[in-house]
Amino acid sequence: MEFGLSQEQEFLNDTLTRFLTEHAGLPRARKFADGGEHRAQNLWRGLIELGVPGLCIAEAHGGVGLSTLDAATAAQALGNAIAPVPFIATAVLVPRAIARAGTADQQAEWLPRLAAGEIIAGAAISEAGSGAREGATVTVQSGRLSGKALFVIDFEADVYLVADATRRLYLIDASAKGLTRRPLTTIDKTRPIGELVFDGATAQLLPGSEDPAVLADLLDTGRVLLASDTLGAARNMLNQAVTYSLAREQFGRPIGSFQAVKHMCAEMAAGLEPCQALVWYAAHAVDSIPGEARLTACHAKAHIAEVGKFVAKTATEVHGGMGFTDLLGLHYWFKRIGLNRQLLGSPERLREEAARLQNLIE
Amino acid sequence: MDLTFGSEYEQFRSEVRAFIDTHHDATPGSQGMRSDKSRAWQKLLIERGYTARTIPRDYGGFGGAPDILKSRIIAEEFAAAQVPSGLGGQGISMLVPTLLEMGTEEQKREFIAPTLRGEMVWCQGYSEPNAGSDLASLRTRAVLDGDEWVVNGQKIWTSTAQYADWIFCLVRTEPNAPKHQGISFLLFSMKTPGIEVRPLKTMTGDATFNEVFFTDVRVPKGQIVGRRGEGWLVANSILRHERGSLGDPNIMLTRLNALTQMMQTETIDGRRLIDEPVFRDRLMRIQGAVMAMRFNDLRLLSAKLNNKNANLAGMVVKLQGTELRHELEGLAIDVLGEVGVLYGDAPYLKDHGEWQYDYMFYLGLIIGGGTSQIQKNIISERGLGMPKEPKMTKDA
Repeated sequence: MEFGLSQEQEFLNDTLTRFLTEHAGLPRARKFADGGEHRAQNLWRGLIELGVPGLCIAEAHGGVGLSTLDAATAAQALGNAIAPVPFIATAVLVPRAIARAGTADQQAEWLPRLAAGEIIAGAAISEAGSGAREGATVTVQSGRLSGKALFVIDFEADVYLVADATRRLYLIDASAKGLTRRPLTTIDKTRPIGELVFDGATAQLLPGSEDPAVLADLLDTGRVLLASDTLGAARNMLNQAVTYSLAREQFGRPIGSFQAVKHMCAEMAAGLEPCQALVWYAAHAVDSIPGEARLTACHAKAHIAEVGKFVAKTATEVHGGMGFTDLLGLHYWFKRIGLNRQLLGSPERLREEAARLQNLIE
Repeated sequence: MDLTFGSEYEQFRSEVRAFIDTHHDATPGSQGMRSDKSRAWQKLLIERGYTARTIPRDYGGFGGAPDILKSRIIAEEFAAAQVPSGLGGQGISMLVPTLLEMGTEEQKREFIAPTLRGEMVWCQGYSEPNAGSDLASLRTRAVLDGDEWVVNGQKIWTSTAQYADWIFCLVRTEPNAPKHQGISFLLFSMKTPGIEVRPLKTMTGDATFNEVFFTDVRVPKGQIVGRRGEGWLVANSILRHERGSLGDPNIMLTRLNALTQMMQTETIDGRRLIDEPVFRDRLMRIQGAVMAMRFNDLRLLSAKLNNKNANLAGMVVKLQGTELRHELEGLAIDVLGEVGVLYGDAPYLKDHGEWQYDYMFYLGLIIGGGTSQIQKNIISERGLGMPKEPKMTKDA
């Protein structure tokens, strides 16, 4: 019995964290947010060298063939470093959908290029995960898509995975005729989010997605990865709060020696630490415990969203007025946690789904 | 990630299950720990190695090698079958491990076996009216007079004192030493002249605790564990033990399931309580938190098994576990509404009033065994490396 990360997963985490500490973090996120870049090319190239785009793609298609727990470890490291790079859709959700629901030809067409990081894929599955807002819905007639999809993850992409109103999945080229892309500015400027508008645009169906279990599994996986991203970001905020409290002096001593401040930090740690085990288990369940995957994914995302919200607020308060400034930049983590909370299901929706899964609703 | 225990252990699990099935009639149920049936059950469990598993045979235990997974399987199976897994109490859970570590050979032979058999029931004399969170400032003193310690002072929060045979007690023996170095750990009979036990009624209405008064209580000089002035070290090894056991997420799961069932059965305006969206959301929120604590518990088990330091994951259990349990019991009261505040012998009382009782009792456990505030000090200082609060000088 061994609960948690294997030695290889620890190694993956260390390698990725070392790379991100050197190349990502606040200055890089700020440059991305302010500079109007579409893709943080230097970071993306570095991640390609580390094999991140192909982390979960089978070796036969040029990937590394690792598990969702490995992906969750990577997502946590990326969230920790507020890395302005695509990951959840391009490296995990879209390849997973193609591998599970695509034909052999579709797999051969897309997976090697995704694994190599040559192309980036976005995922338009928000309506299935969070419900439809602003009239968003996608209908299909003879292979042509109409309507619109909001809150597309990894929006700066070359190809998109789109869920239609019947929960079938399609791939559509970013340059397809009849597809209009519109970025949606969110509070979080470290990750592009946007809208796809379809006007009879040609797309290819992933035939296996006739089985609704395919999309359901994608939502589980996406929720676990968003929870991991939040956990990474929240852990970083706690570390920053502790470090700041030891350096900042008022009344002649470090504010970290005041019990009021210590207890704020202890409450953050006490909330966060069990989240680590929760996200590990949920990630493992997605691959290996089918009967528990859906419920643990709902609870992992909902619970970690709540703890993350508390940490985001409390860590900011520990920094006092500085925490509120753009100068300190703590708000990038605050906003990353804020965006994750709503993507693919807010805590309230997820808890309702958890109740439904257990037949608690008549 | 490997959540399997392996075939050797699954075999062991089947053996435990078979034992429980075969011996169901011998289980003592809710009878007190002094009943013949309880003692016979305890004897059987020791013989089979299901309790006192790693305690040497010479001291009345089973004499098995330490095996974390087997202990875990035993605990899980007895809990699942709702069968008592042997006698508990502060003597068995706290004093016995301490004696094994710090006691003399004579003390181990004299005290451990009768304690395990349930013939010697203990209480713990630690807290005092002026020594709670700051336990090391305790004032009950013991002065050596010839071959005897003479003990004077008062203890409080002493559970089971009303029927304990013996007490393990912290006393100040070196009044001039720094406070942590002036304490000794004594063992003495509760029948010694000069001891008065007064029940202490709590908010639940029960007297689960007592105050214990000592007036010139004479204790043989040799009934000390560790040397004079080493009592704080001796006591600390036990406190570590106690904290771990408060806030057990697996017991919490049983309560959560009971609450879920109650919300599916009880109605308001003819609708099931679970059909109220706000109630349901609160239940699901607690379920998510309990889930996190259960997986955290698996992480701790794995760390213990693989000799890894779990650090913060272990430190947060008492704080999170007791707070969460209190919240869970409180939700049961809220969903029952006015029915939830019935108590005692009231008609319409649900589940024997255990929600109301546990809601109050768990507030006691948030405070007892190291308050939530003390836990936060430990987490911030030992877990996060933050400094201790500076000491106030007397003349400041």
